[in-house]
This record gives sequence, structure tokens and C-alpha cells, in this order.
Amino acid sequence: MPLALLKYGFRRKYRGERYIPAPMPLRKAYDIVIIGGGGHGLACAYYLARNWGISDVAVLEKGWLASGNTARNTAIIRSNYLTPDGALFYEESMRLWRSLAGELDINLMYSERGHLTLAHTDAAIRSSRWRAEVNKHLGIDSELVGRAELAKLCPQINLSEDVRYPVLGALYHPPGAIARHDAVAWGYARGAMRRGVEIHQQTEVTGIHSHPGGSIELETNRGSITAGRVVQAVAGMSSEVARMVGVKLPIRSVPLQACVSEPLKAFLDPIVVSGSLHVYVSQSARGELVMGGATDPYPLYSTRSTLDFTEGLMANMLELFPFLENAKVLRQWAGIADMTPDFSPVMGKTPVSNYYIDAGWGTWGFKATPVCGSCMAELAATGSVPDLIRSFELERFGRMQQLGERGAASVGH
Amino acid sequence: MKIIECPLNGPRNAQEFVCGGEARQEPSQDAAIDDWADFVFLENNLKGVVHEWWCHVASNYWFIVTRSTATEEIIATCRPDEFFADRNATDGAGRE
Repeated sequence: MPLALLKYGFRRKYRGERYIPAPMPLRKAYDIVIIGGGGHGLACAYYLARNWGISDVAVLEKGWLASGNTARNTAIIRSNYLTPDGALFYEESMRLWRSLAGELDINLMYSERGHLTLAHTDAAIRSSRWRAEVNKHLGIDSELVGRAELAKLCPQINLSEDVRYPVLGALYHPPGAIARHDAVAWGYARGAMRRGVEIHQQTEVTGIHSHPGGSIELETNRGSITAGRVVQAVAGMSSEVARMVGVKLPIRSVPLQACVSEPLKAFLDPIVVSGSLHVYVSQSARGELVMGGATDPYPLYSTRSTLDFTEGLMANMLELFPFLENAKVLRQWAGIADMTPDFSPVMGKTPVSNYYIDAGWGTWGFKATPVCGSCMAELAATGSVPDLIRSFELERFGRMQQLGERGAASVGH
Repeated sequence: MKIIECPLNGPRNAQEFVCGGEARQEPSQDAAIDDWADFVFLENNLKGVVHEWWCHVASNYWFIVTRSTATEEIIATCRPDEFFADRNATDGAGRE
């Protein structure tokens, strides 16, 4: 069998396809330039070409494709948010996710596991019921379950009352899923390139000037280019890039750390989240437990890992899954999260004309990749803000109007 | 960044402190709503050396930390009165 596999591998007919763009010269001008070659930027490029027939598009990425937060998240996809604006937005994303693997012709390993948000306090039970009712009203599959049902859905969870925060119930969201995040970016990149979009890696934007005529000049480490319109999608560096064009954002950059265990036999089907314990965990197809927790306690642009994080997370993990006491952590990493004061993104127009922003993706960006791509593409193509993202506009802060999204990850209740 | 030099309590474990955000000039009471919205919500969020409010939780003591958000290095800490006296001396408008 291995020999047959080797022969198959060497057959010209089944040659591996190119997902990573080949280096090519940078042109002087593009209709639309997207700053940031992560999931959101690549999805925007793809939908610009597919939905709007605009292929005079360049994606500029300072590192390599999807090397930022697209490759650093814990790949959880769900839509059981609390605000109607948030829930409807993420539900549209779920709709796109379900047909995405077929559309992009790549195995995204999209796996619907069910998503459990554990409630350890009366307040959490109340907000879970609130979320379930908002969700049901909007047609999203979501319900509050008690301890007995929880024991059937996920018998691995420690439901003992002999712990610091006994589990009282959970918000159950059956369509909750995980996906292979790198493949999402590669699929969008290939789809966009096939439609004529240029993707430039190792191309860092170092300065931005908007001209009175409406065009925008971008200085890069490979020379300057002119763009008719610009979409900024640089999660983690949003404030620094927006500063180049004179836009100030309601964002603090805070590291969000995550880690994986050694591969274990498949034992955990649903995705388990606890807001009170600051834990979220799922088991990947490879058997590794993918674990995340709260964001770090202060702003920082360094993606270092800390022992504080692992220690704190494991103390809480062992309260939920005591039998994992001998499991080992295999690797640990951090991404820089754009934290907004109301846990909602900042999307849409900016005070600079023809400069659109997709930022503030704190701990909730990966699941929104498809819908962000399609909404930002619509905005860049038509110049009018799609209804789905109208309430995420930057201007809301000028009106003192926050969109409190307490259904976001790592938000306590 | 494991130990923070508190001006009141001396060197203490970083876990005893919370970060209170950028040290900025508060707008006057009759300032325009835009200035207040800027003060309340918008952040410079600089990658580099910043001045921030930090609090030693156990003693509820607020002070100013100068640190680098690029390298996670604490450069200096000082009492708020020192910081604002220094700031008012160097430039009346205040630095951000």
C-alpha cells in the first residue's frame, strides 16, 4: 500500500496544486487594494471577483499568507450571539460556511460538533436563557439545557458539585462547528487568484496618503502604488495601520493565547466553553485538544507565550476534565487581538473617503471570515454599507452608542 | 514583566496589578461631545513606549507606568503627581 501511495504521489496527473501565490511584479495602480492577506482580506478579494466581477485587485501581505490571526485562532464557528445585530451577522456567516468547502473545492474539515456554553452561576443561566430566546426568535438553533441533559450531551464534563464553580446548565447550540483555518485562507486565495486577483506576499505597507481626488497612494517596501479604493483587514495591527491614514480607533491590542495538548483518542465531541472559568476547548480531527482562555490582562504587541496563561487555563481545564491530569501540552502560541469596548467589530466606512476598514475582531474573527469577506466586498464594490454591518460602523462611538455583545468569547457574565 | 516597582509598595508581583489604560488629559467639562467620545472610547494604542495608569489592587493605589508595548519592558514607574507636574512643565497641552 505505501508503494501504491508513492506512485500516486508521483503521477503527473495528481500534481499538488498551488495555493501560495508565486512572486510577481507589483503594478503601479489597482482599482482596489486590500491591506492584509489573512482570511478576511482574502475572502474580500474572492467575493470582489466572484460576486462583483472586479478582478483589478491586489492583496498586500507583509508576511506570508494567513500568518497572523487566521492561523492562531481556535477555529470555532457559531452564531449564538446575544445582540440581534451580532446573531444575524454570524448566522449569515454560518450559511456561507456550510457550502464553502464545495464552493472553494478544498477540504475545510468543517465539522459540526455542537457548542456548549457552560453556566456556573445564576447570572450566567439568566444570560444563557436570554441568548437562547434571542437566537430562537431569529431562527438560530439554540437552547438552554439542564444538568441531566448536559450529562447526556457530554458525559465527559465533571458535573460534580464538589468544585469551586459547579456547572448549573449550558447554552446548547447544535450547529457549532470547527474548521481547518489554514485551508480557509488557501481556498479563498486560490479562488481569488483563479479569477485574476493578485496576491503579493512580503509586501508591507509603510505609509498611506489620501489624495483630494479620491485615490489613495500606498507606500510599500516594494515601491508606491495608487489605489482607487482600499480595504484594511489587518487584525492585530489595526490601530497602527489606521494611524498611517489619520484614523483613530476604539481598539486596544491585547494578546490572546492558546495551546494544544498531545493527540489523544477521540473522546470529546462537542465544543465546550465556560465564560466563568475562561476556558474553551474542542478536540481536533487529529486528536489534539485545542484550548484557549481569557485575553492577557494588559495591551501588548508581542506574541510571546506565558506560563501564567497555561497554569491558569489548566487549573480550570482540570476542574472540568479532571481525568486529563497527565495529558501534556504540546505547543502554545499567541495572537494579537483587537479588543473593542463593546466586544463588537468595527466595519465599514472611515472619515477618509474610499478607505474602508475591517477591524476590531478581538476574539470573534475567524467565524466571521466568509460574511466579512462578502460584506466588505459589497462595500468596496458599491460604496454603500450593507445592512448586515450597518450597526458595526466606526461612527457609533461618536454617538456614544455601543453595541454590547456579551455573547462574545472571553466575556464574563 | 513579572515584577512591577510600585511607588507606594516597592517591587511586587505583576499579578497584583491591573492596567487602567492610557494616561491622557481629560477634556474640560464643557468640551464638545466628540472630544468626550474620543476620550472615553478611542485609543492611541501605540506600538512603542506608552504612559499608562496602573493600580496595585491590594492597596488600591493608582500610579503611572511607562512601558514598551512592543517589547513588554517596564521602563519606569512614578507617582501621578510627579508625572503630571513633569508633563505640565514640559508642555502645557500635555503629551499623549
